[in-house]
Amino acid sequence: MATERIIIAVLYVLLAPFVIGLLDGFDRKISARMQGRRGPSVLQPFFDLKKLFEKEFLTANKAQLFMIRSYLVFIVLSGVLFFGGFDILLVVFSLSTAAMFLILASTSTHSPYSAQGTHRELVQIMSCEPMELLVAVGFYLAIGTFNVNEIIKTSISPIAYLPGFFVGFVFILTIKFRKSPFDIATSHHAHQEVIKGVTSEMVGKEYGMVTLAEWYENAILLGIVGLFFLNSNPVSIVCAIIAILVVWFLEILIDNTSARVKWQLMLKLAWGVTIVAAGMNLLLLEIIRG
Amino acid sequence: MSTIHKSPWLLHYDGSSCNGCDIEVLACTTPVYDVERFGVINTGNPMHADIFLITGGINSQNEAVVKQIYEQMPQPKVVIAVGTCACTGGIFKECYNIKGGADTVIPVDIYVPGCAARPESIIDGVVKGIALFKEKAAALKASENAN
Repeated sequence: MATERIIIAVLYVLLAPFVIGLLDGFDRKISARMQGRRGPSVLQPFFDLKKLFEKEFLTANKAQLFMIRSYLVFIVLSGVLFFGGFDILLVVFSLSTAAMFLILASTSTHSPYSAQGTHRELVQIMSCEPMELLVAVGFYLAIGTFNVNEIIKTSISPIAYLPGFFVGFVFILTIKFRKSPFDIATSHHAHQEVIKGVTSEMVGKEYGMVTLAEWYENAILLGIVGLFFLNSNPVSIVCAIIAILVVWFLEILIDNTSARVKWQLMLKLAWGVTIVAAGMNLLLLEIIRG
Repeated sequence: MSTIHKSPWLLHYDGSSCNGCDIEVLACTTPVYDVERFGVINTGNPMHADIFLITGGINSQNEAVVKQIYEQMPQPKVVIAVGTCACTGGIFKECYNIKGGADTVIPVDIYVPGCAARPESIIDGVVKGIALFKEKAAALKASENAN
């Protein structure tokens, strides 16, 4: 059992960038088709990433490179904890630590675009964090454990107890994936008023590492979506993969059909959905348990 | 093997112009011309850009801006002057405040003539710039190895 957990964690480290990079490529292709364009090759994210590592490295502050390396390492650590079947609460905390390094990296230079992006990134973190924590709490209340390894061994999928938590989590995924209408700190296509926000001052390999870290993080987030559907029956793995693909397509659809909002509305919506969906679910769960 | 020619990201700067070429550059990113199919992304950030696309001439006010943008771009980079004004100064050439084309302040690799330059010829210029990247990336690698 322990070796199985180690193998899955190692597979995550090795394969997550390829899988998520490819999903990103299909994302750009599907987005282009939705807009009536041909769009780039599905391998485009890999070409972009390789190019970034080949560019000349310029930096205003050498500490930035260290911060970004730490950001990448903590994201990968969170993923290893999650896919290795450890405590999901620890995964959430480790992700927050990683986010702190991103903030330190973007504030280590004096660019006004970077500073503005950082402020907005903090607002985004503030919008997402309650829901992320509540998801961990939800799994505990439904299954009685924080351990991912034990959550997947339950007889009924957690989604049966946690539909509200699932809705809330999918809602904040739009913010986490930096998709419109909530791509206020930085967008995948850099033509907004804060240029590239948090990543404005990150050149060449630094930006490459941030992209790679985002892929690793997206793998964890999609993994949590899958966790809602997993149970002791192996067929549930298929259900989990289908659920992940449906959620992923939904995010692309939302991205292409909505315009960016201001941070005030984002915060209200994110907390509103968290309180209503997850809060109601939490209340009902307590009543059933009580 | 370098992949820079497969993902050239653009930075567009409009100097002293009538904005005609400016609008044609934006037309390249619309569904009709879809320049993203070559992996091109229109970025607003010099630090992420590979191709510097200049429209319009250089005047005494934007001279410093163009120089700074050029210097903020990491190597390897390609500069494309789009439209007659960016190539030579165009009809504004004799004005008291105009220095001339983009090549009066920074080295220009590709010239795309036209008033206004057609989206087809702009894309043609970008594709020629992409071809130049292979040479530039190889030269950069050679100079790095020499050091």
